[in-house]
Amino acid sequence: MSTADFAAFSNNAIAFASVVYVFAFVAHLAEWAFARSVPVTAPAGSSAVAAAEPVAVGTSGAPVTSGVDTPGGAAGASYDRRADEGRAEDGRAGRGPDAGELSGRALSVEKLGRIGVALTVLAALLHLAGLVTRGLGSDPVRVPWGNMYEFSVAGAFGVTLIYLVLLRKYALRWMGVLVTAFEVVVLMLAVLLLYVPAGPLVPALHSYWLVIHVVAAVIGAGAFAVGAMASALFLVKARAEARGTLRTTGYVARLPESSVLDRIAYRVHAFGFPIWTFAALVAGPIWAEYAWGRYWGWDPKEVWAFITWVVYAAYLHARATAGWRGKGAAVIALIGFATVLFNFVGINLFGSGLHSYSGLD
Amino acid sequence: MTAPAAPPSSPPALTPVELGRWAWRQLTSMRTALILLFLLALAAVPGSIVPQRDIDAIAVGRWQDSHPELTPVYEKLGLFSVYDSVWFSSIYILLMISLVGCILPRTRVYWRGMRARPPKAPRNLGRLPESRSFAVDVPPASALSAAREALRSRRYRVDVHEGDAGRGGSVAAERGYLREAGNLLFHVSLLVVLVGFAIGSLWGYKGGVIVVNGQGFSNSLSQYDDFAPGALFGPDDLSPFEFTVDDFRVKFLESGEQAGMPTEFSADLTYTERPGAPEKKYDLAVNHPLSLDGGSVFLVGHGYAPRVTVRDGEGNVAYQGPSIFLPQDSSFASFGVIKVPDALPEQLGFEGLFLPTYGFSMERGPYSRFPDALDPVLSLLPYRGDLGLDTGEPQSVYELDKDKLDVFEKDTGADFRLDIALGQTKQLPNGAGSITFDGVDRWVKLQVSDSPGKRIALGGVLLAITGLLGSLFIRPRRAWVRVREEDGRTVVELAGLDRSAGGDLGDEVDELERRLRERLAAGALPDPDASPVTTGTNPRKE
Repeated sequence: MSTADFAAFSNNAIAFASVVYVFAFVAHLAEWAFARSVPVTAPAGSSAVAAAEPVAVGTSGAPVTSGVDTPGGAAGASYDRRADEGRAEDGRAGRGPDAGELSGRALSVEKLGRIGVALTVLAALLHLAGLVTRGLGSDPVRVPWGNMYEFSVAGAFGVTLIYLVLLRKYALRWMGVLVTAFEVVVLMLAVLLLYVPAGPLVPALHSYWLVIHVVAAVIGAGAFAVGAMASALFLVKARAEARGTLRTTGYVARLPESSVLDRIAYRVHAFGFPIWTFAALVAGPIWAEYAWGRYWGWDPKEVWAFITWVVYAAYLHARATAGWRGKGAAVIALIGFATVLFNFVGINLFGSGLHSYSGLD
Repeated sequence: MTAPAAPPSSPPALTPVELGRWAWRQLTSMRTALILLFLLALAAVPGSIVPQRDIDAIAVGRWQDSHPELTPVYEKLGLFSVYDSVWFSSIYILLMISLVGCILPRTRVYWRGMRARPPKAPRNLGRLPESRSFAVDVPPASALSAAREALRSRRYRVDVHEGDAGRGGSVAAERGYLREAGNLLFHVSLLVVLVGFAIGSLWGYKGGVIVVNGQGFSNSLSQYDDFAPGALFGPDDLSPFEFTVDDFRVKFLESGEQAGMPTEFSADLTYTERPGAPEKKYDLAVNHPLSLDGGSVFLVGHGYAPRVTVRDGEGNVAYQGPSIFLPQDSSFASFGVIKVPDALPEQLGFEGLFLPTYGFSMERGPYSRFPDALDPVLSLLPYRGDLGLDTGEPQSVYELDKDKLDVFEKDTGADFRLDIALGQTKQLPNGAGSITFDGVDRWVKLQVSDSPGKRIALGGVLLAITGLLGSLFIRPRRAWVRVREEDGRTVVELAGLDRSAGGDLGDEVDELERRLRERLAAGALPDPDASPVTTGTNPRKE
């Protein structure tokens, strides 16, 4: 294939990936729509217990409710609970008059969820193919993140990647609807507003630090995005638990307990924070020293990377401070992700400074 | 930072010493640290919105010109140099004090904890968050030593408490001491980074200079166009290197939708590290600076310097050479002036644009179609009169002082303008002289700077990350095993306790149980009955 062919294929792959993300999103929406009429199968009131004692954490939920010693604690348990619905209906046959119908619906819920994940994987593969061919579609061949369009596409891929990598470990399927919605919005905005044709890099980006710095920033920001989704859902779930408005059906009811959401959010953030530190405070400054002759110069991009770092540092501290745990920390995490987004969108497009590589005039 | 104990919310009316102690506790509390972190984040924001003097002095001037009423207010608030301002500094200094006030006591606690023995087993192991209990047919003493080995193999620090005369006993174990060490290392490293940063801003310097192709530069204060020294930097600290810019090359994309984008630029330097040292060559490019002892040279920009010859009204060459024109946009249409103080009978001045690839349209007038010098044209407005160079006041080389200058006029009364193509000579009206466009030189903008302490800062951040990884991913844990005789068999109880949130304690205790059973089986006769008696998991408070 010629350079131009690669570039054209990249555009098609990204467009195709967006469409598949839309389908994945619809599948997850349908999953939750069906779930509205299927009660959560954990013993009724287990959530109410959790609400009465919201500090129960980690392994506490698993063996008590399911009798299965699940690795990964309650996160795994709540996942298995749902996964088991299709297979082990016997134990629940006596739940009510509509048991047969209910279990059929439960099966659909499970199927739709799996379809959503499968479509997300497919979309991610197309997304990756689009990125790779974008790099091959430039002469000379280069990394596919040299302007705003490419940053958006690469950054969005980072979010899907983190989600899929952690999907099994933390049983994140409940996050699928948010992740796919995020991908659809970002890719569409990138294609509609930010697109520039493939071409060579500006000289300022001729450096292997472009690979190290940007890859680290993308992974760190991707983790923050996934963490923000977990924190947002934690707030929703914790609110329902605290108010006692938790029903037995619907999306909120099927989310893991708030303590589990909190723990997942923490782990993802704890993974992202050192990587962000490396991207913003090690790789960035070293490159800046080579390129501009100063390792830190309070350029707007640097200022906001620093602000992001400080906010997430506050998040980690808040988790260890009485009165800030839980809700306070989750709000801080959301603020942190807002600063990431502002740094990316606001500073690239409206700001001046040395990091203006948007490629848009 | 200093953990739980919430400080009192209002100061008790007490002696100065107690008040001081109260204030210190307030300052070093985690709550205060959190608030200071937020303040730091907030305080950093204005510097990314209002132009900053240290970053772009020209932008500051432009902003001040268009906001004359806000300027004095902003000036007072230090908004044009946020990161040196009193309020920004006081936030991070308070934060650092709070940090020190937190590290010191925690180091003391950690030191004691390190040397202490793991705490003895609680009376009822079954009440701990994770516990297992099973019976085996192994003598209690062997079971106890098997427990010790099992815990050691998981890298626990182990302390054995023998019971009376071979009747069992207990093992206390603890691991994950490095978590707190990582935490402390992280916070100390931040201080190291700050020290490195401070060294750089006190003893460092940053200067900018424009050098035309073929010309040289020697590292002394008078050679710089702009120079920003650190507070403790002296001009004698400049190391005496010299260099000449032999050539500068730039390539632009010539076709495609991104035509005009530069793809590559680099400059050939010949340099000597100190007078008398051998000459060396260097290919200077973006991302490829020349690093010398006591300073590095960076290529930060480039532009055009048209070469002209100006003859005055008496026919003599009054000026010859390149003049630096500053690019206005990505098409490299560049603005500049040519001053001819030696022209007779009147001084001459020229102001206008250099267009590397000439284009003309009715809407825009003359403009540049492409950034490379493919069809260069000078479009100048000539002036005559007094350039004002004799007043003694310093003047910018990029501006004409037009107080005592007049334009030439056409017969129609319009200003007389010259469009000169490369190689052309144009006459000024009324025999005032002529100007010849001889050629085009390029110039490079170089930055020479030194930031001592950068290695300290880098080392500090790397240590901080190391500490961070330890403090986030090492799990401090305690585990206990108790062995006792019951009905002729040996009952083994095993329990674990996480000292940090978010661990998988159940997995850990399972693994301990597996290792313990392995050792029990190896150490004693095979025991088919070694099945669990109970498995307990208790909810715990975080």
